[in-house]
Amino acid sequence: MPGIRTETMTVNMGPQHPSTHGVLRLVLELDGETVRSSSPTIGYLHTGIEKTTEQKKWQQVIPLVERMDYLSAQSNSMAFCLSVERLLGLEIPQRVTDIRVLIAELQRINSHLVWLGTHGMEVGAVSVMLYCFRERELLLNLNEMLAGFRMFPSYMRVGGLREDLPRGFHDAVRAFLDRFLPKLAEYEDLLTKNEIYLKRTRNVGVISKDDSVAYGLVGPIARAAGVDYDVRKYFPYLGYDTYQFEVPTQTLGDVYSRYLVRVAEMKESVKICRQALERISPTGAFAVDDPRVTPPPKDRVYTEMEALIQHFLIYSQGFTVPAGEAYVPVEGPRGEHGFYVVSDGTNRPWRVKSRAPSLLACQALERMIVGGLIADVIAVIGSIDVVMGDVDR
Amino acid sequence: MDTGGLIALLREAAPTAQLEDAPGIDLQPTIYAARDDMPELTRVLRDRPELAYTLLIELTAVDYWPREPRFEVVYLLVSIAHRHRLRLKVRLHGDDARVATVSDVWPAANWLEREVWDLFGIVFDGHPDPRRLLMPEDWEGFPLRKDYPVQVKLTPRTTEALQVTEEEFRANLTKDRLSRDQA
Repeated sequence: MPGIRTETMTVNMGPQHPSTHGVLRLVLELDGETVRSSSPTIGYLHTGIEKTTEQKKWQQVIPLVERMDYLSAQSNSMAFCLSVERLLGLEIPQRVTDIRVLIAELQRINSHLVWLGTHGMEVGAVSVMLYCFRERELLLNLNEMLAGFRMFPSYMRVGGLREDLPRGFHDAVRAFLDRFLPKLAEYEDLLTKNEIYLKRTRNVGVISKDDSVAYGLVGPIARAAGVDYDVRKYFPYLGYDTYQFEVPTQTLGDVYSRYLVRVAEMKESVKICRQALERISPTGAFAVDDPRVTPPPKDRVYTEMEALIQHFLIYSQGFTVPAGEAYVPVEGPRGEHGFYVVSDGTNRPWRVKSRAPSLLACQALERMIVGGLIADVIAVIGSIDVVMGDVDR
Repeated sequence: MDTGGLIALLREAAPTAQLEDAPGIDLQPTIYAARDDMPELTRVLRDRPELAYTLLIELTAVDYWPREPRFEVVYLLVSIAHRHRLRLKVRLHGDDARVATVSDVWPAANWLEREVWDLFGIVFDGHPDPRRLLMPEDWEGFPLRKDYPVQVKLTPRTTEALQVTEEEFRANLTKDRLSRDQA
């Protein structure tokens, strides 16, 4: 029909949109309901943590890096500690390593639960959000038991942990794991074969195997596309090669595959948690026996002069780290992350760079949403699980 | 594959490239490359089947000011096929901080290079979208440079107590009252 004028429409989504998981702004060019192009704008949450770390002592960096990716706090601080320990050349006790595995896997379940809840809510399954946050609450209670702080426990230390596991922690974790698996089956009943959920997620936001590697999307997104890269298997750290677990993969690379991969990952994490619980002895070392980094126990500080001096040295001057650089990759909830740490031999870091999986996911977002419908944009943003604190840092 | 074998392979594939082995404290293979060899070298690293570094994990920079060459651009590469990691570095002088982009080799480098330009002021020649990424677009300076001021020290301002005689005080008081009555 001649005379009808057609033009594309530019729509601004965010930065205050509730389902952009923080402050992500997308300028979308729409042709009807089809997305023709998108340009993401980030940086609203940029707080300059990397610059701040250069002014802090090594142990003061730990609470800062926990606040980067605020859904995987303990995983962040663990990655940072591993890099610094590599520079210091510390031999970490086996018990500490096993506790770290347990905490990292609990953190993965925690992060995936928030992801499942928010993603489910965004595609219309609001009840999933309520259930997921109920289970996450129990995980936060475990954190509170561990360190007194629920979101950012700062429980990791260079050279070990802040203090020993609290009494009854093993039983509390076991109780959680026993409760969690049946609950996870309930969430799957709600979503996995749900016709509405399938219609919203199948063949939506597809990214191919090669593209996901080219865009650096290693982690659940790449595993949903068929790349079996998992740092725990490829470059084992913390003795992950001695644990029995599978790396779940899918091949389609759409939103639904990412859902399947993450749910399967939670089940594998439960397996790893149970194995780690078996290995952690009730008592034993919770930090490396090295007076450079580990403060002496309080009863010695109160009674011995040398211990008092050591205590004040660590808490006032900190410790020096040999000059050099280290990057220890770990498998975080969102894919490989790690801290590229450069030391100049003083008590403050020269450079701390966090490898941010969310930044790369955000970059590849355009590739996943262009050509699709605007309603699918929300489903895709949910499925790549971006944390804006990690994107902007 | 150890670093020596890797360098031998690279020498064979790119005979003119200048390579320098730099063993790191964390035992990761580390190679310094010359800036002008980067376009050729990165393609060799990605495309040779015995190397196959298809994954660019991280691209960042470190500022060693006041030492020259002050910048080091760091490329962390992973070969998924061979389960091998490599740290590739390029040294850059402060007055000529530019290097060829690798975003045509690894698309992941696009935003990572924008971030390095944003925070360090290193220019990536041939970059498709050379804008700031994290900082506001009108920001001046490059915050992660070591000579960027962090804690600006201002001389503390002290104020003298106001010296007023009783006459001046009373005059002010009446003036104040007058102005209030008029209002």
